[in-house]
Amino acid sequence: MNLEVSRSSTLWSRVGLARQRVFDRRRQTLFLIVFCVLCLGVILTGSARAAVANQTNLSERNQAPSWAHPFGTDWLGRDMLLRTWSGLSLSLQVGFLAALFSSLIGLLIGLTAATLGGAVDAFFSWWIDVFLSLPHMVVLILLAFVSGGGLNGVVISVALTHWPSLARVIRAEVYQVRSADYVQLSAKLGRSSFWVARHHILPHIWPQFLVGLILLFPHAILHEAGITFIGIGLSPHQPAIGIILAESMRHLSTGYWWLAVLPGAALLVMVKLFDILGENGRALLDPRTAQE
Amino acid sequence: MNILRYLIKKLLRLILLLFTISVLSFTLVSLSPIDPVQAYVGAEMMRIGPEQRQRIAERWGLNDPPVVRYMRWLSSLMRGDLGTSAIYNQPVSQVIRQRFFTSLGLMGTAWVLSGVLGFLLGVLSGARAGSWVDQIIRFYAYLLASTPAFWLALLLLIVFAVFLKWAPVCCATPPGVLPEQVTFAQRLHHLVLPALTLSIIGIANITLHTRQKLITILNSDYILFARAQGENLFGLIWHHGLRNIALPAITLQFASISELFGGSVLAEQVFAYPGLGQATVQAGLRSDVPLLLGIVLFSTLFVFTGNALADILYHLIDPRIRLGVES
Amino acid sequence: MLEVRSLSIHFHRYARGLRRTVLTPVVDLDLKVSAGEVVAVVGSSGSGKSLLAHAVLGILPSNAHIEGEIWYKGQLLTPERQAAMRGRRIALIPQSVSFLDPLMRVGAQVLRAAQLSGKNRHSAAAQRAIFQRYQLPLEVERWYPFQLSGGMARRTLVSMAVVGEAELILADEPTPGLHPEVVQETLNHLRQLADEQRGVVLITHDIQAALQVADQIAVFYAGTTVEIAPVTAFSGKGEGLLHPYTQALWRSLPQNEFIPLPGMQPSPQDLPQGCLFAPRCPLATAECTAERPTMRAIAQNQVRCIHAQG
Ligand code: SF4
Repeated sequence: MNLEVSRSSTLWSRVGLARQRVFDRRRQTLFLIVFCVLCLGVILTGSARAAVANQTNLSERNQAPSWAHPFGTDWLGRDMLLRTWSGLSLSLQVGFLAALFSSLIGLLIGLTAATLGGAVDAFFSWWIDVFLSLPHMVVLILLAFVSGGGLNGVVISVALTHWPSLARVIRAEVYQVRSADYVQLSAKLGRSSFWVARHHILPHIWPQFLVGLILLFPHAILHEAGITFIGIGLSPHQPAIGIILAESMRHLSTGYWWLAVLPGAALLVMVKLFDILGENGRALLDPRTAQE
Repeated sequence: MNILRYLIKKLLRLILLLFTISVLSFTLVSLSPIDPVQAYVGAEMMRIGPEQRQRIAERWGLNDPPVVRYMRWLSSLMRGDLGTSAIYNQPVSQVIRQRFFTSLGLMGTAWVLSGVLGFLLGVLSGARAGSWVDQIIRFYAYLLASTPAFWLALLLLIVFAVFLKWAPVCCATPPGVLPEQVTFAQRLHHLVLPALTLSIIGIANITLHTRQKLITILNSDYILFARAQGENLFGLIWHHGLRNIALPAITLQFASISELFGGSVLAEQVFAYPGLGQATVQAGLRSDVPLLLGIVLFSTLFVFTGNALADILYHLIDPRIRLGVES
Repeated sequence: MLEVRSLSIHFHRYARGLRRTVLTPVVDLDLKVSAGEVVAVVGSSGSGKSLLAHAVLGILPSNAHIEGEIWYKGQLLTPERQAAMRGRRIALIPQSVSFLDPLMRVGAQVLRAAQLSGKNRHSAAAQRAIFQRYQLPLEVERWYPFQLSGGMARRTLVSMAVVGEAELILADEPTPGLHPEVVQETLNHLRQLADEQRGVVLITHDIQAALQVADQIAVFYAGTTVEIAPVTAFSGKGEGLLHPYTQALWRSLPQNEFIPLPGMQPSPQDLPQGCLFAPRCPLATAECTAERPTMRAIAQNQVRCIHAQG
C-alpha cells in the first residue's frame, strides 16, 4: 500500500511541472553554455585594453552616450565603454582567482570533514557554522583590512568567505556516496580508503565541484565589486568595476548618469551570464533538477 | 520545561560562537601588517619619534605576547568595555549603540517591506505558476538576485534624487539642522531611498522561495483532497496555502538579516547614511581596530538573534513541534 | 449513477536526458456504478487506479490528457459540471492522514468540508453531527492531524466525505496498513453508505477487503478494467470468472491454489499493441495482439477478452 502512495506521488511530481515547450532541451542548454563562454571570453580580453582605457582626452569630457562613445566619457574624457570593458575584465580575473581559491578550500574542508569524520567533522562543521553566522560584508571588510587591502586583500577576503556552502555540499555528497552499497562493498573487499576515494568518491565530487565553482563566481564578483566600491580594495589605478562606480558617485549630482548606470548594467549582465552558465551546467549534469 | 532547555542550549551556543569569533578576529588583527600605533596616530606619524612610538606601544601593552593581550581584551569585553574608537573618539559601545539605532530604522523598514511584498509576490507567482504574471515576477526576482545593492542605490539616487528631486541626495537628516530640530517627516524623507534600495534587493530571495514552497504545497496530497472537496484556487491558497508557507517564509526572512546587514553597509555608503554600516566601512578604511572588532562581535550577535528568533517562533507556532510529537 | 466509458489518461513527461515520453496509466477503462451498490476496483499496487477517482472528480494535474466519457446521472461530465459537483454530489475518501492539512485543526477541516458541500449556514451543526455519527470525541476538534490515531484518522476522512450530501463516494485505498479491526470498521462504514442508497467506488489492492463488502468487483490490469463481475462469481475454483487474468488472480490467492502468475504488468510507458494481457496470457493467439479487445457482456459479467465465453 505504501508502494501505491510513493508511486502516485512521484508520478505526480514528475509530471507536475513539465509543461515546457517541446523541443530538444539538451541542445538549448549546450547552446546557452557556449554563448556564455563566448561572451565571458570577450569580456576577458578587456584587460589588454587597460592602457587605452586610461587614455584621457580633455577635449571630449563628460559626453553623454553617442555612437562614438556608446557609454559616454568621463570627466577626463576617457571612453567609458573601454573603461567598463577593462574594468569588467579585471573584476572577472579577481573574481576567478578568489572563486578558485574559495572552492578549493571548500573542496578540501568538505572532503576532509567527511572522510575523517568524528571529531574532525565536528570541528569543521563548527567552523562552517561560524562563518555562516557572520554577515558576509562585515567579514569581508575585516579580512580585507587585516590582509592590508589591495589586490591581495580582495582576493584573500573573498576567497576566505565563500567556501562554507560548497564545503557543505561536498561533505554531504561524500557521505552520500560512501553510504552507497557498492562503496561499502569495496571497503569490505579490503580496498584502502585512498583507493575508494580515488575510484568512487572523486568521480562523484568532480561535477559538483565544477558547478559549485561556477556558481561561486557571481557571488565572488559581486562581493569583490562591493568591497572595491566602498574603497577597501583596489586603488584608483586599478579601475575595477567597483572603483569606476565609486568614482562615478562624485559626479552624480551633476547629472552624468551614464557614469554609473552603464558600467553597473554591464556588471549585472556579466554576473547573470555566469549564473546561467552554472545553472545550465547543473542541468546537464543532473537531469533531476532539469525537470523543474 | 522543554523550551527552557532549548533556550539554555541556544545561549551556550551563542557564547561559544562569540568566543570563537573573538579569538578568530583578534588573531587575524594581530597577524595583520597594520601597525596599530600608526593606525591610531594617522597623519601625525611623521612628528612622532621612535621613542615616543615605543612609549605608546608600552602604554597600550602592545609589546606583550598576543595571548596576554587577548586575555586583557577579553576581560574588558566581559566588563562591557569594548575600548575606544579612534575615529569617533568615543567608547566603541556608545558608537555602536548610536549608529545601530540609526540603522535599525532603515533595516527594520526594509525588512518589513521586503518581507511583505516578497511574500505577496511569491504567492501570486506560485499560484499562477507558468502564467505571464509568474514569468514577469520570476524574471524580476531572478534579475534582482544578482543586482549589486550599491548599483541599485546609485540608480535610485540618480532617478529620484538627482533628476526628479523627490528625495534628498544624502544623509539621515537635512544638513545644517540641529539633531533636536529634525522633524519626523524629515527623517522619513531621508529614509525612503535607502530603505527602498534594501527592500528591492531583499524581495528577490523571499519571492522565489515562497513561490517554490507554494508550488510544492499545491502539489501535495492535502491540496488534492481539498480540491476534491470543491475548494477553488483562491480557497486553496487562503485556507491551506498561506498557513503552510507562512512559517518557512518568516524563518527565511529572519535568516536574511545577515544579507540585510551587508546590504545596509553598501546602501549607507551610497546615501552617506550615518548608520552602523557606514561606521563599519570607516573602521575598515581608517584602521579603527577596536571599533571593527566591536562591530564584528555585535553583528554576530545581531544575526544570531535573528536566526534564534525564527527558530523560537517555529517552536511556538508549529503544532507538530509545539505539541511535542515526532514527525 | 456513474458510468465511465473507455477512459484513457495520458501524461507527458521529461525523462533522463531531457527526452519526452508519454505515460498512459489508464487505458480504455469502463466502469458502471449504481446507487446502493459498492463497486470495488481491484488492482495491484502502483497501477494508477487512483487516477480513476481523480478523473471522475476532475482534479487531474493540468498536463494530463483525457479521452473517453464520464457520465453522472445521465449527464456527461464536463470540467464545469465536475467543479460544481466536487464535494457536493461526489466526494473522495483519501488514503491517509497525509491528505489532511498538517497545520489545520481537525474540526476546522471537517467544518470546511461541510461548508464546501453547500451547508453554509448549518455547517457547524453538520460537523458536530458527523463527529457523533462516527464516534469522534469532541476534543478531537482541536487536534491536529498528526495527533490522530489510525482509526480516528480513518473515521475523520470518512466523515469529511459524508458531512455533505454526496451521493457518490470514491474511496481511494481506504484501508492501507491498518489494524484488522479498523479495516473492518472502515469497510462497514462503506457498506452503510451504500445501504443509504449512495453509490460507493472502493479502489483497493486488497481483494479480500473487496470481497467482504462489494457487490461488483472490477478487476484492474495495466490501466484498464479487464473484467467486471458480481462478487458471487469469486467463489469455488473461479468458474464464474471469464477473463484469463481474473482466473489467474483468483488462483494465486493464498486460500486457493496459491499459484502466482509469472511475468509482470506492462509499464504505462510502453503498452502492448493489442490485448494488454497478451504477453502473459496462456490463451493468447495472433488475433489477440492485433487489436485491443472491447468490453463484452457475457452472462452477468463484463469481459475484455476475445476468447472468453460463458
Ligand atoms: S484477448 Fe487474448 S490475450 Fe487477451 S486475455 Fe483474452 S485470450 Fe488472453
